[in-house]
Amino acid sequence: MPVRAKKSPKRSKSPPARPTRARTSPARGRRVYIVTGGVTKFAKAHPAMDFRLMVRRAYDYALKGVPNLTPDRIDGTRISYFSDHFTRQLKAASMVQDYLGLNPKGSVRIEWGGATGGECVQAAYEAVASGRMDVCLAAGFETMSRVNTWKGNEFIALASDTNFDFPLGGFYTGYYALMVMRHIYEYLRLGKFANVRDEREAQRLAIAEGSRIMSLVSVKNHRNALHNPYAQYPKRLTVEDVLNSEMISYPLTREQICTMSDGAACVILCDEERAKEFTDKPVQVTGVGCGTDTMRLSDRPFGRVPLLPHEKAKEYEHLPYPGVHSFRAGRTAGIEAYRMAGITKPTEELDFVELHDAYASSEIQTYEDLGLCRYGEGYGFVERGDPFLKGIDYGFPVPRAGAMPVNPSGGLIACGHPVGATGLMQAVFAFWQLQGTIPKHFGDPALQLAKPKRGAIHSHAGTGSAVTVSILERGFR
Amino acid sequence: MSARPRTFSKFRDVQSELEQSGAAIFRDGDGVESLIIRNPYTISYIHSYAEDSPFFLGLAEGRLRGSKCRRPKCGFVYGTPRSHCMVCGAPTEWVDLPTKGRVHSWTTCHFSGELFLKETPYSLALVEFDGVGSLLLVRLRDCAESDLYVGMPIEARFEANPKYAITDVWFVPSR
Repeated sequence: MPVRAKKSPKRSKSPPARPTRARTSPARGRRVYIVTGGVTKFAKAHPAMDFRLMVRRAYDYALKGVPNLTPDRIDGTRISYFSDHFTRQLKAASMVQDYLGLNPKGSVRIEWGGATGGECVQAAYEAVASGRMDVCLAAGFETMSRVNTWKGNEFIALASDTNFDFPLGGFYTGYYALMVMRHIYEYLRLGKFANVRDEREAQRLAIAEGSRIMSLVSVKNHRNALHNPYAQYPKRLTVEDVLNSEMISYPLTREQICTMSDGAACVILCDEERAKEFTDKPVQVTGVGCGTDTMRLSDRPFGRVPLLPHEKAKEYEHLPYPGVHSFRAGRTAGIEAYRMAGITKPTEELDFVELHDAYASSEIQTYEDLGLCRYGEGYGFVERGDPFLKGIDYGFPVPRAGAMPVNPSGGLIACGHPVGATGLMQAVFAFWQLQGTIPKHFGDPALQLAKPKRGAIHSHAGTGSAVTVSILERGFR
Repeated sequence: MSARPRTFSKFRDVQSELEQSGAAIFRDGDGVESLIIRNPYTISYIHSYAEDSPFFLGLAEGRLRGSKCRRPKCGFVYGTPRSHCMVCGAPTEWVDLPTKGRVHSWTTCHFSGELFLKETPYSLALVEFDGVGSLLLVRLRDCAESDLYVGMPIEARFEANPKYAITDVWFVPSR
């Protein structure tokens, strides 16, 4: 029998919404700036470079941009990679520190699932903000080509509950498919198709519509990447190409999913005094936020939406949240980072967002978590064209192109996702974007936004079990 | 016999060579050569279900068990058991779950991790139960992808020869 959301599921009791604890004032500490960055081209495989050499390449590129910043000025490092399984080399971060010639300076390995790179940026931020270091290198890598794709899927799936979820044949595309299926139900079946009487017909229509709109996101990111020489899979795709690509886990197709990659990236963070010495174009980290959620999708509560400043509780009265349709960790990270950066209207106060689009579905879900649109408006946000760039040919009209550019670099879907490097790659691209140096580093001006002042980077771990959001701001006139 | 492994310029050819001879040389576009070897790794874990054990022993007896918070004021009921309540932190007790529920969300996996590739395609569903506050992830059987929908009534079936794994229970469409 058809079941409507308000009646379903009948629950014993909803867990009370746990309000995010309001801070009396933004986090205090020293001002922190990014002064340089580097990234290797992300590739299916870099057989001629191991993780040490990949990081070395990114690090050399970063140092080249700041002649006054010699290695002796670096106080210590934060080094990130996700999984020891991929290289079967434990303590790989120590080997990077060693290879870069930075012993005996201090270093900590960072691991936080898919959000590993984003967390690494924030760990380096904390080292500088606290005064523990003046100059901190944040570097990350992953070499995923050392096993075949299916074994890689299995390794990543081990980052889900190994009692209840993994042994079912659970794997990450499957988990995200479960999430987007419910997202489509909540917002398209009960939204655009609310008046279709036949339940199964309504759901079929909703899934087809959701799949079409997810494909627009895939086209956007793949075509943006045509202008990014670091991207693994720049492609001139059409919506049909995306829909007709191999079905991985219904309704997600291959072109709606990022791939496994080899790659490395790094940024160097420092305090204000040193920033001025090293560069005339520093970028300040003005906000950091982090959130978490249950490992198992089954355990996600059906409570209330934690609100952003521009939202009202009444808007979401009937929305069981987060359920499996949204990422409460992303919303929590956004609230914290926005509060610290003093952002109250994200779409007006951010010039672009580099977010974790491991799946085209999670890009749409993340628009809503970050308040780029209201919950339920993610599909319309894409259709109107807000997250697209001006001046790029997408093969279809995008009326509001440039309104709120998301993943101008091409995101994970087109750039690749060497997990421990990904969040750092976002930091590098956002840093160059805010410096206005994209044309120099990409050798192509197409993706450079016109004088962006402020951007957000968003890094996301397994089904939203951990998310970081950092706000970066131009630190020069 | 040559002391030097065979050389390949396509990376995917390296993998099949490794299966056969255990070593290969990859030459990239710049002419840089990398020696690549096969490095097998197998291990059997001594995996304890620990505090979740009663759930898996229950499956072997044809029982589906959840847990309920012991604190009367809370009393949250979990569709996937946990021994401490995530709402209030109190210990929980074991309760029997209904064996009938509804599909909260679903997918059909056409690919997977290596371990389960041979079983594809298979369907997964999050099950919602009346009177239960959280969900349970299960395999769905006896139902084509095209027949699945959110809200579909389903019921549990149990493995007659238990393997002591979550796959000892699966759900099928209710008649």
